[in-house]
Amino acid sequence: MLRVECLKSIYSELENCLVVTIMGAVAAELQSLGHRPNFFYLQHAMGLASSTGLGLALCLPEQRVIVIDGDGSLLMNLGSLSTMARYRPKKLVHVVFDNESLLSVGGFPTATSAGTDLEGISRASGIPRVATVRSVENFKATVTNAMHGSELTTIIAKVEAKGPAAYVTDLSLVENRFQFRRHIQSLKDR
Amino acid sequence: MPVSLTNSKLIYEALKECDVRLLSALPETWLVHLIRMTDEDPEMILVRLAKEEEGVGISAGAHFAGVKSAMLMQNHGFLASINGIVSFAHLYKIPLLMLISYRGSFGERDPWQTQGGNVTEPLLRALGIPYSFLDKAESAKMRIRQAQTLAESSLQPVALLLMRDLMWEE
Repeated sequence: MLRVECLKSIYSELENCLVVTIMGAVAAELQSLGHRPNFFYLQHAMGLASSTGLGLALCLPEQRVIVIDGDGSLLMNLGSLSTMARYRPKKLVHVVFDNESLLSVGGFPTATSAGTDLEGISRASGIPRVATVRSVENFKATVTNAMHGSELTTIIAKVEAKGPAAYVTDLSLVENRFQFRRHIQSLKDR
Repeated sequence: MPVSLTNSKLIYEALKECDVRLLSALPETWLVHLIRMTDEDPEMILVRLAKEEEGVGISAGAHFAGVKSAMLMQNHGFLASINGIVSFAHLYKIPLLMLISYRGSFGERDPWQTQGGNVTEPLLRALGIPYSFLDKAESAKMRIRQAQTLAESSLQPVALLLMRDLMWEE
């Protein structure tokens, strides 16, 4: 299963929610499908995408928030699973692309390649709904279902360690951040 | 407990007057009253963290949502947050109001706090983070307001160091 195919399968679903992604391949691939003002790409600070999604979800409980995380990033901030589980915002969906690799720095294997089970860690952290998916069809169905549900969900998507040719895009980090905040303010003004 | 309840209340009320509506925190002796007051206040969102660096992401999320926030932590928690501060708050121009209890400074009895005390201010300076001290009841409220104002106008982290003289009643 390729991550970009997974992203394509849910791209239309992402229109009406706030999306926070990690750096690297995920950010570049989502932008390759078409950037939108409701997408924020955290291009560093590995591990904090889920915390950012949690902050958004706690402050905007009516708003659907989706975090697109990765195994390398989540392994740097496993405590975030316990914090998310503690407050379990109903409209927060946490997708973790697990390619068992730190792809953007040369493909070094992460601990998930040696048996660390992110689904098990998520469940044991207290995340109320957890699933692992291995096909694009299953990915689309599980994510869509979670996005229309009302329970904090973590979905581990096992993907191949393949990414785009380049990671830097023409969207400046600060431009993205101001656009994202303005988009949220415009939602509040509606 | 000799943590000053009066001065904790003063700090808490000053934060609320600045429209701070979310506090992230990790327990630390000097912060117990502040955390309890936040927890008991229905107007405030308290996020109890596993590690302080999470608070950088949570405050960024709150900022995007248009909610003012503050981080309550010990100086060792500040040390644990530095990558988040640099590669999120500084990189993306995120305002952070950090209230940092300054352990390991003059009067410290716990040996394990002392090394962190030595490096707190040099690190704040190295990171270019504006900081000031909360050491007197008379000036605490004004300093909090000023720090919050600067964080919002400059879109960067600003630190207030909570001092023993204010937080602890011997």
